[in-house]
Amino acid sequence: MKTYLISLFSPDGPPPGEADLGRIMADLEAVNDDIRAAGSWVFAGGLGDQASATTIRKRDAVADAVLTDGPFVEAKEHLGGFSIVRSDDYDVVLGWAERIAGATGLPVEVRPFVDRDDPGQVPTDH
Amino acid sequence: MRVTSADIARVFRAEHGRAVSVLIRALGDIDLAEDAVQDAFAVAVERWPREGMPPSPAGWIITTARRRAIDRLRRESTREARQAAAVALQAVDPGRGTHEPDEEGPVKDERLRLVFTCCHPALSREAQVALTLRLLGGLTTAEIAHAYLVPESTMAQRIVRAKSKIRTAGIPYRVPRDEDLPARLSSVLAVLYLVFTEGHTASAGDGLDRPDLAAEAIRLARQLAELMPDEPEALGLLALMLLTEARRPARTDAVGDLVLLPDQDRSRWDADLVAEGQALVRRCLRRNAPGPYQLQAAVNAVHTDATDAADTDWSQVVALYDHLLLLRPTDVVRLNRAVAVAELDGPHVALGLLDGLDLTAYAPFHVVRAELLDRLGRRDEARAAWAHAARLTDNAAQARHLRARADATGDGGLGGTGLRS
Repeated sequence: MKTYLISLFSPDGPPPGEADLGRIMADLEAVNDDIRAAGSWVFAGGLGDQASATTIRKRDAVADAVLTDGPFVEAKEHLGGFSIVRSDDYDVVLGWAERIAGATGLPVEVRPFVDRDDPGQVPTDH
Repeated sequence: MRVTSADIARVFRAEHGRAVSVLIRALGDIDLAEDAVQDAFAVAVERWPREGMPPSPAGWIITTARRRAIDRLRRESTREARQAAAVALQAVDPGRGTHEPDEEGPVKDERLRLVFTCCHPALSREAQVALTLRLLGGLTTAEIAHAYLVPESTMAQRIVRAKSKIRTAGIPYRVPRDEDLPARLSSVLAVLYLVFTEGHTASAGDGLDRPDLAAEAIRLARQLAELMPDEPEALGLLALMLLTEARRPARTDAVGDLVLLPDQDRSRWDADLVAEGQALVRRCLRRNAPGPYQLQAAVNAVHTDATDAADTDWSQVVALYDHLLLLRPTDVVRLNRAVAVAELDGPHVALGLLDGLDLTAYAPFHVVRAELLDRLGRRDEARAAWAHAARLTDNAAQARHLRARADATGDGGLGGTGLRS
């Protein structure tokens, strides 16, 4: 069993209109239902826009923390949301990612967590 | 009968894919499997010349590799998982304990899984090509690097990275489900065809072709057609390769320069390959599920059916390209179609078809344009187009041919047709 991060990259600018957003969310929820039904659900969520980000730098334990208003990297496209899934079938995970990309029209990245104990993983209660 | 090192090398090439795929299945790890097979061949080099070739060399290699893997895992088993793997391996090794390795019984063909792993769409095309040649084809990293004109360290790194992605991302080792098969198979076919075309017309270098790569691609396509006899596109790809390869002896003249299809001495074509390729085309077209490779093979079957360019059934060629355009609506297909149209409806009509094709960086586009302009008597424009094409190719034999055409244009000589060779 491996754990994968499926991340969604959103462009800057206003979100889709009400009607589009409704359709997109419905499509995403259908994928989420399938992920849950497969017993692969760990976590998923959407992120606030880039302007809401704060970047923190602190050279070492004793240095002062420097807080910057804004994202670490300014880019045209930013991490807009993500799902974390657990599966022993990479092709199935890629299939979910394809459906998420299809539902949103946005690029999606699939990345495995490092093996062994998948550090940082939260226990699933589904 | 004496077993020479050439005999063993032949077995290595022929059986490497089968052996590695069985071992990957057993060990769940590509590197361990490769090492084990390597070990087994080292033993073969030592023993076969003395004891003779075993009745089933592949079975012998697999059995020996499996034992070597067990030994290796034992020796290195600091981790429980490895110890467990050794135990699991031993459980499926009935011959353990006897003096001679019992030969593997009829081995279920695992190579098909390996093909689909090597050509998984999550790997880059370059990585797919390198892994396929290495694991399935049994080529060394040095050989692959040499074939693709990159430093060995670059190729080694490419292969290491690809294997690491397979491991880290969990790319599965299996034949895809039915609903995924068409898309996944097309990736496999594309990889094999890419190896073949690089062998047929090297993208750079002095010689026109690299026969070793083309031969390797044909060998792998044969394996695939054997493993998937019900997939007409797998047969179509093999047919396309055979019919193209059949023309190789006539493609270059005595000094290694390119000779185009209409000017080729057709008696120099390989009649056996033509016959085999044409039979395959007939066989797969009977399935009535034409795909891009079958249609391109069919075009080549029409060409190899004709005694000369004038004798070619051009309307059939145009019809096949029309069909291909429905499946692959690309400008390269439109360009090839225009070449056939020129023979049916004349150069003026064909030249009109080139307008609007987005192929200005593609040498064959300028070759076709030059040819058509030349036939229309527009010599200056033709000369410029030949020269432009020559500048766009990195293949020395092709460039010489194109410059010669540019130089000859204006003498009123009527050249060959099109870009096909």
